Amino acid sequence: MAFTFAAFCYMLALLLTAALIFFAIWHIIAFDELKTDYKNPIDQCNTLNPLVLPEYLIHAFFCVMFLCAAEWLTLGLNVPLLAYHIWRYMSRPVMSGPGLYDPTTIMNADILAYCQKEGWCKLAFYLLAFFYYLYGMIYVLVSP
Amino acid sequence: MSQPGSRGATAGLQAQNGAAAASGSPYSNGPVQNALMSSQVSAGQGYDSQLPGSYPHLMPAKSLNPFSGQSNYGGSQGSAQTLNRPPVASNPVPPSLHSGPVPQTPLPASQNPAATPMPSGSFLPGANPPLPLNWQYNYPATGSQTNHFPHVAQPAVSGTTNLTRNQQYVSPGDPSLQTSFIKSGSALPLQNPPLPTSFQPGAPPGPSPAGGPPPVRGLMSQKPPPRVVPPPSFNSSINQEATPQLTNQNPKTSRSVGYAYPSLPPGYQNTAPPSATGMPPSSLNYPSGPQAFTQTPLGANHLNASMSGLSLHPEGLRVVNLLQERNMLPSTPVQPPVPNLHEDIQKLNCNPELFRCTLTSIPQTQALLNKAKLPLGLLLHPFKDLVQLPVVTSSTIVRCRSCRTYINPFVSFLDQRRWKCNLCYRVNDVPEEFMYNPLTRVYGEPHRRPEVQNATIEFMAPSEYMLRPPQPPVYLFVLDVSHNAVETGYLNSVCQSLLDNLDLLPGNTRTKIGFITFDSTVHFYSLQEGLSQPQMLIVSDIEDVFIPMPENLLVNLNESKELVQDLLKTLPQMFTKTLETQSALGPALQAAFKLMSPTGGRMSVFQTQLPTLGVGALKPREEPNQRSSAKEIHLTPSTDFYKKLALDCSGQQVAVDLFLLSGQYSDLASLGCISRYSAGSVYYYPSYHHQHNPVQVQKLQKELQRYLTRKIGFEAVMRIRCTKGLSIHTFHGNFFVRSTDLLSLPNVNPDAGYAVQMSVEESLTDTQLVSFQSALLYTSSKGERRIRVHTLCLPVVSTLNEVFLGADVQAISGLLANMAVDRSVTASLSDARDALVNAVIDSLSAYRSSVLSSQQPGLMVPFSLRLFPLFVLALLKQKSFQTGTNARLDERIFAMCQVKNQPLVHLMLTTHPSLYRVDSLSDEGALNISDRTIPQPPILQLSVEKLSRDGAFLMDAGSVLMLWVGKNCAQNFLSQVLGVQNYASIPQTMTDLPELDTPESARTIAFITWLREQRPFFPILYVIRDESPMKAAFLQNMVEDRTESALSYYEFLLHIQQQVNK
Repeated sequence: MAFTFAAFCYMLALLLTAALIFFAIWHIIAFDELKTDYKNPIDQCNTLNPLVLPEYLIHAFFCVMFLCAAEWLTLGLNVPLLAYHIWRYMSRPVMSGPGLYDPTTIMNADILAYCQKEGWCKLAFYLLAFFYYLYGMIYVLVSP
Repeated sequence: MSQPGSRGATAGLQAQNGAAAASGSPYSNGPVQNALMSSQVSAGQGYDSQLPGSYPHLMPAKSLNPFSGQSNYGGSQGSAQTLNRPPVASNPVPPSLHSGPVPQTPLPASQNPAATPMPSGSFLPGANPPLPLNWQYNYPATGSQTNHFPHVAQPAVSGTTNLTRNQQYVSPGDPSLQTSFIKSGSALPLQNPPLPTSFQPGAPPGPSPAGGPPPVRGLMSQKPPPRVVPPPSFNSSINQEATPQLTNQNPKTSRSVGYAYPSLPPGYQNTAPPSATGMPPSSLNYPSGPQAFTQTPLGANHLNASMSGLSLHPEGLRVVNLLQERNMLPSTPVQPPVPNLHEDIQKLNCNPELFRCTLTSIPQTQALLNKAKLPLGLLLHPFKDLVQLPVVTSSTIVRCRSCRTYINPFVSFLDQRRWKCNLCYRVNDVPEEFMYNPLTRVYGEPHRRPEVQNATIEFMAPSEYMLRPPQPPVYLFVLDVSHNAVETGYLNSVCQSLLDNLDLLPGNTRTKIGFITFDSTVHFYSLQEGLSQPQMLIVSDIEDVFIPMPENLLVNLNESKELVQDLLKTLPQMFTKTLETQSALGPALQAAFKLMSPTGGRMSVFQTQLPTLGVGALKPREEPNQRSSAKEIHLTPSTDFYKKLALDCSGQQVAVDLFLLSGQYSDLASLGCISRYSAGSVYYYPSYHHQHNPVQVQKLQKELQRYLTRKIGFEAVMRIRCTKGLSIHTFHGNFFVRSTDLLSLPNVNPDAGYAVQMSVEESLTDTQLVSFQSALLYTSSKGERRIRVHTLCLPVVSTLNEVFLGADVQAISGLLANMAVDRSVTASLSDARDALVNAVIDSLSAYRSSVLSSQQPGLMVPFSLRLFPLFVLALLKQKSFQTGTNARLDERIFAMCQVKNQPLVHLMLTTHPSLYRVDSLSDEGALNISDRTIPQPPILQLSVEKLSRDGAFLMDAGSVLMLWVGKNCAQNFLSQVLGVQNYASIPQTMTDLPELDTPESARTIAFITWLREQRPFFPILYVIRDESPMKAAFLQNMVEDRTESALSYYEFLLHIQQQVNK
């Protein structure tokens, strides 16, 4: 029973993952709104684009924390997503501002479907990760 | 509003679009139709009376009404429809529906799902004045149907025309049938399927060669088919010719059909076989009973259409071995296939030039579509200049309450008061006002209103269609005046064209005009009324550009016309001494945007070099040495400045048209975004120079002339709706997609085409027809808000074979080209090329494995796709997708812009030009149009082997015409047409044919003029002799030949065959 750095990392990750879950839900809702014509793609992209980097940075941040805490398994689970984020941001369309979404292509059915699917997958991942971190935190806390 | 009279005032019809012909009568179809209709009515009444009370309110439904599938042949139309039902139809007839004498017959045609539903109208050999029929009343049980099969194939020999009528789709798995079709097909002389010539399209209403069917039908068929005269605006010769096909049948079978009815009411039996007289005994025998509401037009019959494969010409059923039959290219322009619909529906259908679908038979499910490996999509040319267009002014525009579809010819009227939407199937009320028909001035005929009679129609929109008062036409010209620009001398041409066309600019008294010029600074021109001369204001702060004065930069054209003319006259001279080489295009565009944003309008930007200053400055990216490697070329924009600005423009209803006149690389990939997302257009004149390149000067002048005077729609949006179950996948064209089905088009012009990819989201098994509707809401240059609606109706099919038979190869190629452009931008050019080739391979192997039963050697393709490999090969060799060092990057990107923005007809011409031999034009087979004789030389294949040194050949490549004169060309041609002594004296650049007083010259000029008249822009004619620099361009279009980097057609076929047969 020790409040180690690892335990702290897990607690932090737990909180941040909760935030990420909200990000994911927000994305899903936003794309759904686009699909059902509630919103103009320009406005929607303007609201979504600023959120992309923070999300990626938060995720990268606790990956680094786990690295420092030498939680290799947890880090290993997160690395694929981290790599995906990096790839996704590298292959974004030509844009002057931060973000991923281009209002001129976002209404393309393929891209819209892809973004929606991405949102759902991430939500699932973050939810599972949330419980995993909870478990990890307790495990670290109770282990001697 | 219940008085018809008062309504007449509000609901008026006018012919629009300046057709002289139309100006006389208020609504040009009107008179004819009326005449027809009234006669129908009377006939109909007599006829209905036979079944007193049989269908009190049901009759006219055009469609999928719930009763379909009941097999009563009680003469009324309502019942007629019933047959048209899909295979499901086998429930017994609800007895309540039938009045006494009508025998109940077992279920009709619809039982055989494989497209066999036979047209029941049968062909009586002797009956000449065929009564057009609603013959579908009844069709005996399936058994009799199967009997038809043999007849279908055999009588083919007897007469080509009959033959054509009889054909059905071949059911996929049946080899014997297929072979017989092939035979009959080959017996036919015609290569071009849809034109059996023995029918006179113009024939008067009644006489479609339909025999009155067996005695029974004789009576029932008294009704002349509803709208026999097709709307003049559609030159639908094919459709017309296709129509009669539905009615013929083998005599024997029909007879047996007739006898199959167990109990015929005596009256029927007595009737002589259909007589020539229009009003037969029937009406006499039966006093009119309760008058039913007859909506002839889209009566039940229509539905049958989707089931009976009748309109297909046998030629269309052939399977072609491309490796053996080399001359597949028809000698006349390729015609779009006619959807396999009943003639009555097809007659109403939208003109394929305006609205076309890649598959004229829509697959029932996405799985089927995936199996066919053909793209499903629409190609639209919604704002095309029409010779005649019905315009409806009415205070209420009837639309479906749930999906907002405009009422159209393919809705069904359940009764007088209710109509059922053909897109979402909601039942709507017919508004009171709609009950009055302004055409016939009759009350109670909603189904004859022009809205329900025309697939293309324009509404005058009332105020609820406006977010703000209609904007005035505003034209802003943004001109590059840097040293480079002055050097090219383009200002002269532009200003001169503008001066010439100032009065022809579409507009009204509110028209506004303004000018901005720029080099390293931005110059504004105050044209305030009362000034003695225009005042120039220079803004040199390009980092934060501002508008120097709030007013008078955009001025009313009428009030300040003299100042504008002054400015246009002095402008070319003002900058002749400039030494400024920089170009601040970005700031100039920002300034122009600020100037126009309160009103919206059209911004025409002339640019001659790479922008180098301020925001939006670009760097040269082209590396000439790397042109050949398809990988490292820059098709994507290097900055998003132009895209963002375009979106801002789009939001403020400003469209930007870009004229790029540049010798060097100007990064059109980035610049083009400004037009692409603001619904503008791009014009490109490589190496423009007023002295060195006179041909480009002429081209610019001609195109400006068209550009300045063509119609324009402001603050437009276009929405595309489709039947529930289909959904829009991707749009192609110049616009901004504002929501899933809504395009925002700050300007719309008549030369823009759009493409839409569709997908089948839910299966369409419970419907036989699907419709697509495009509605374009715009403000005309006269300040009226108008809605132009096009509706297209297509049958749904359930087998792969039918999908293939209905494929429209031109539309498919056009859509593939659009998709390939996207692909080359998002992935790479080589990916796009591979995708194009794979599209051919995949669809042909799907055909081979799923449709063809026996695996023959060779490359077997359905007749409908016989040109598919050729067109794809042509696409691969087109500027956009070709490999090799020929295409400069800007030219390639311009070609891609054109692919996206051109209507299909022009795209196909640029991709696969038409080649004619013109040194021996004769009047044989010539067209006669208003006293002019236009020779019609056959189209030749694009292969050097078709050329000969002793001839002259004209290649029509859409935007250019090239006349290649062979070295040993007959002296006659040289002197009589070209007006030169000998071959050597043909000038290097010759772009005009002299008008000589010889028949040869007259013919050639008539032909070229006719070609030019078919398109809105003016293609320049180049006369090419062997040493001309243009010769390379001419030969490059020889797509069937091999080039350094591309396969010849035959090699390409072998490659495909190899892949397909794997």
